[in-house]
Amino acid sequence: MRRPMRAKKGTIKRVLKYLFKFFPVLLTITIICIIINAVVSTMPSIFMQRVLEIVENNYKTGDWATVANSVIKLVTILAALYVVSLLANICFHQLLAIITQGYLKKMRELMFNHMQKLPFKYFDTHTHGDIMSYYTNDIDTLRQMISQSIPQLLISGISVISVLCIMLYFSVWLTLVVLLGVVLIFVATKIVGGRSAKYFLAQQKAIGKTEGFIEEMMNGQKVIKVFTHENEAIKDFDNINNYLFEQSEKANKYANMLMPILNNIGNVLYVVVAFVGGLLLVTHAKNLSISGMALSFSIVVPFLNMTKQFTGNINQVSNQINSVIMGMAGANRIFDLLDEEVEVDNGYVTLVNAKEVNGEIVETKERTGMWAWKHPHGDGTLTYTKLAGDVQMFDVDFGYEPNKIVLHDITLYANPGQKIAFVGATGAGKTTITNLINRFYDIADGKIRYDGININKIKKDDLRRSLGVVLQDTNLFTGTVLDNIRYGKLDATDEECIAAAKLAGADDFINKMADGYNTMLSNNGSNLSQGQRQLIAIARAAVADPPVMILDEATSSIDTRTEAIVQRGMDALMKGRTVFVIAHRLSTIRNSNVIMVLDHGRIIERGSHEKLLAEKGQYYQLYTGAFELE
Amino acid sequence: MYLIKTLMKCIREFKKPAILTMVIVFFEVILEVIIPFVVADLVSKIEGECGLGTIAKYGAVLIVLATLSLTCGAFAGKFCATASCGFARNLRKDMFDKIQTYSFENIDKFQSSSLVTRLTTDITNVQMSFMMLIRTAIRSPFMLIFSFIMGFVMGGKIALVFLAVIPILFFGLIIIARKAMPLFRKVFRKYDNLNNSIQENIKGMRVVKSFVREDYEKEKFDKAASDVCKDFTKAERILAWNNPIMQVCLNIIMVVILSFGSKVVITSLGSTMNVGQMSALLTYGFQILMSLMMISMIYVMLTMSIESAERVVEVLNENSSLTNPPHPIYEVKNGSIDFDNVSFRYGQSKMILNDINLHINSGETIGILGGTGSAKTTLIQLISRLYDVTSGEVKVGGVNVKNYDLDTLRNEVSVVLQKNILFSGSIIDNLRWGKKDATMDEMVSVCKLAQAHEFINAFPDKYNTHIEQGGTNVSGGQKQRLCIARALLKNPKIIIFDDSTSAVDTKTDALIRKGLKEYIPETTKIIIAQRVASVEDADRIIVMNNGQIVGIGNHEELMKNNEIYREVYESQNRVGDTNA
Repeated sequence: MRRPMRAKKGTIKRVLKYLFKFFPVLLTITIICIIINAVVSTMPSIFMQRVLEIVENNYKTGDWATVANSVIKLVTILAALYVVSLLANICFHQLLAIITQGYLKKMRELMFNHMQKLPFKYFDTHTHGDIMSYYTNDIDTLRQMISQSIPQLLISGISVISVLCIMLYFSVWLTLVVLLGVVLIFVATKIVGGRSAKYFLAQQKAIGKTEGFIEEMMNGQKVIKVFTHENEAIKDFDNINNYLFEQSEKANKYANMLMPILNNIGNVLYVVVAFVGGLLLVTHAKNLSISGMALSFSIVVPFLNMTKQFTGNINQVSNQINSVIMGMAGANRIFDLLDEEVEVDNGYVTLVNAKEVNGEIVETKERTGMWAWKHPHGDGTLTYTKLAGDVQMFDVDFGYEPNKIVLHDITLYANPGQKIAFVGATGAGKTTITNLINRFYDIADGKIRYDGININKIKKDDLRRSLGVVLQDTNLFTGTVLDNIRYGKLDATDEECIAAAKLAGADDFINKMADGYNTMLSNNGSNLSQGQRQLIAIARAAVADPPVMILDEATSSIDTRTEAIVQRGMDALMKGRTVFVIAHRLSTIRNSNVIMVLDHGRIIERGSHEKLLAEKGQYYQLYTGAFELE
Repeated sequence: MYLIKTLMKCIREFKKPAILTMVIVFFEVILEVIIPFVVADLVSKIEGECGLGTIAKYGAVLIVLATLSLTCGAFAGKFCATASCGFARNLRKDMFDKIQTYSFENIDKFQSSSLVTRLTTDITNVQMSFMMLIRTAIRSPFMLIFSFIMGFVMGGKIALVFLAVIPILFFGLIIIARKAMPLFRKVFRKYDNLNNSIQENIKGMRVVKSFVREDYEKEKFDKAASDVCKDFTKAERILAWNNPIMQVCLNIIMVVILSFGSKVVITSLGSTMNVGQMSALLTYGFQILMSLMMISMIYVMLTMSIESAERVVEVLNENSSLTNPPHPIYEVKNGSIDFDNVSFRYGQSKMILNDINLHINSGETIGILGGTGSAKTTLIQLISRLYDVTSGEVKVGGVNVKNYDLDTLRNEVSVVLQKNILFSGSIIDNLRWGKKDATMDEMVSVCKLAQAHEFINAFPDKYNTHIEQGGTNVSGGQKQRLCIARALLKNPKIIIFDDSTSAVDTKTDALIRKGLKEYIPETTKIIIAQRVASVEDADRIIVMNNGQIVGIGNHEELMKNNEIYREVYESQNRVGDTNA
């Protein structure tokens, strides 16, 4: 299997701990109800024995009237007990539904909330599919375990114990026979179940391989057609498909056999108990029992039923073992996610609304449109620095892994309102630099100052709030167009959002849509063209109105005719801000104040467009198309 | 019915194990019904203080019966596994084979992701249902009927209690299932949406973190999660009535048998019924209830998987919208292309191409330029008959494309698709898609032509370099060049590049075009591009806009008399002086 199937010690404890923490009262009631239900469900055997005793003693006389009362009394008590157990049954099943879903909800929320706090690195180093499967596969196994396996184990466990007690109450010898059968059941489970588990693992692998192949072929179906490769594809698929068949046949074979084998061991045991019981009766052997009752016919008959009940419950346990193990593995992975270390933030410089009074910056509560960094110092004093968007890097080194430095000696100055462009091949480190500015990653060496403040001192949330981004992948969210624009500033009025859309040049096409700004977007805005998505992303950044913008390949996947429109929106957005721009098409960055050419994590050329062209270096080569930018 | 008929066809060689399963399950049921009967007899014998010999005899009979039942159960399990896995295999094969016959139109209709689900999840669902059908769906009704009969045989009138209880349970279970199912359907959709929003969050993490929207996202998620939780709880709570209903029925049976049973035993002096039979009645009662429970489970399972079955059958019954003509032509004379009054639309949507007339000579190099949505791709896909025209005629080598053998046509008209894909395997494996038995020399020569030879040789494993699924381990430009090489290997009469050098730098792009001109002058070359530079030196350039040809001519002519062309050219050459 792709993902590990280990169950660490303490996992079950932790699952239960959360359960108790979330639902202390409900859970207790549920457990009490389960116990009542399970214990009562074993009671009939005792009543049966009593009734049979009466019947046995009287059936030769045919006198029903004399015993009717005692029989009816017994049955009435039994019926009363049944009512109690039924109520308990209804109660715990209803509660279990509530608890299971509530538990899953809380777990989901815990996971999601925790995930929001994880550092960016986590998302870079884990595939989306893997993270998703915590929420789908693992939660599903957890549901199975909470709603079925654990209650079933509890019920079966309690039933087994109470049946065992009653059996011992009646006859120790016969109980020993039954226990012998239980050993047999465990052995059979181990052999057949073990074999089945082995092949299930192989089946799982085969399924993974088949699904991978199917996915690749379905995505490449048009290529298959173009190359008339259909027959080869069919041949390859046949091989993989047949292998899956062989594995799953074996796995299912053993799984299917387990139940009849266990059931019939139960049947054989039943026969053996009848035989031994008969033997003991006929030979008038001395009975050994807690009750001290002599072995009688009225004991053997209910004992037979108990045998059934006992083995039935043991079988249930055997049946649940697999899903418990799977549930544990799932829970384990969920806990791994919950144990991931969250992003640390030791920043203490915060961003506050400010206004200028007599040339001095003062903090205010209301929104002024002016922001300042509130900087508490060690000596108890407070200073305010106006948010301007001045970014400086000094000799910055960085590596995603400590011993693999990918950025070397990066030094740059971006004055408020300047446009800084990064150019270079994939992997040259362009995006990495921007990841350092908003502290998705922390630098290994050097210094980054923002408005003169070391960015390590700035609270991450406030730092990021002062930086806007527009990326190549727009990542719009499910919701209306307006919702998506408002994402940039949650308390923005409709007018502000529309104004931002106008600035981005998105207003026209939005108004042309059937529901205008209320058009629902889903699936990353799949009903829009790439250019339209990008315009909304620009409007989203515009409404946030940050002093610093990062544009990461924002126009790369747009065709040249649309690009002109998007570029206009970009230009409007960039006005008056410090901008870091990473561009694929060099025509979009010509008017930058400084262009940095990056190669293998180093700045190899820097200067204005004209200067770099005149130098006839790498930039010149790129610009004249002698190199590809990939 | 139609559904079942289509699916049945896929059982084929697994009919035998499927039927065997059903037959064996039938015998297993009979054995399981007989065992309590024999036990009841044994019990009454013990009661009658028989000798040990009798008990031993009964014991032997019972153990034989149990062993037989075990054997039956095991074999039923084995055959059932073979039949259901085999059925799934055949289904998968039939579907996959069918999909291979699909035209582009069919593929568009289903979409790749949906086809993947149908081939995986849906088939698994159908397989599970099939497994239930041949095993449990045979077992439970028979068990119900036989237990019922045996109940009457043993208990006479008392067995009437079964008659009273069965409807309670049956209708109870059905009502629960019917009430819960629509709720579950609804909530599963919501659940999907919840998971989609998680995915959205993970994918957009850079945006979320950049805008510091973690708390907002949490709030949004909590709301959606609470909603899902509420609905799920509602549905689960309905389902949670199953067990109590079952218990009520069991309890009723127990009480009735114990009270009336003992009365019957005593008043009849044990002649109508004895104690052994009384306890057997309980066993039958239990078996009846279990069967009903299973039947309701089958009902739920089947209704749940009907959607899957429908989706599977939909694929199996979809016929390719393109078929080979009855007397196909196996030879393409030359690379000339003619569009005569061609119009085209996808399905019933509005016309994408309108009355196109175009004649391309064999060996010509044609450039096509136009914004997104101008139907460039649609136009060229008609040439290799990836789609059929709605009206008009497309001719290759002077013959209507509909008259060619499809494989022949597509081997002679090679298309480098815009959304191109490399497959997992070595570079050689990928190149050989173009020509199965291509020699190393042939591959090297096309790679040189596609300007790919150099970077391939820079890989440590050279031509044996492994390409990851989707070609993720080579850059976009490298991928495009490999795709071009693969298409060239076919040695076609017509080759079409659909925006296939967009990630290649202009210099390499020019080298590729130069190579094509020199080494395959006979081949008709059609180049769709965003960059004017890629088509500038073509013999003729076609400018498209909104499904129509708005300009045709060489670079100089278009610069003179085509506004769109001039506009695009100027926007891309704003500096003019430095562009190569």
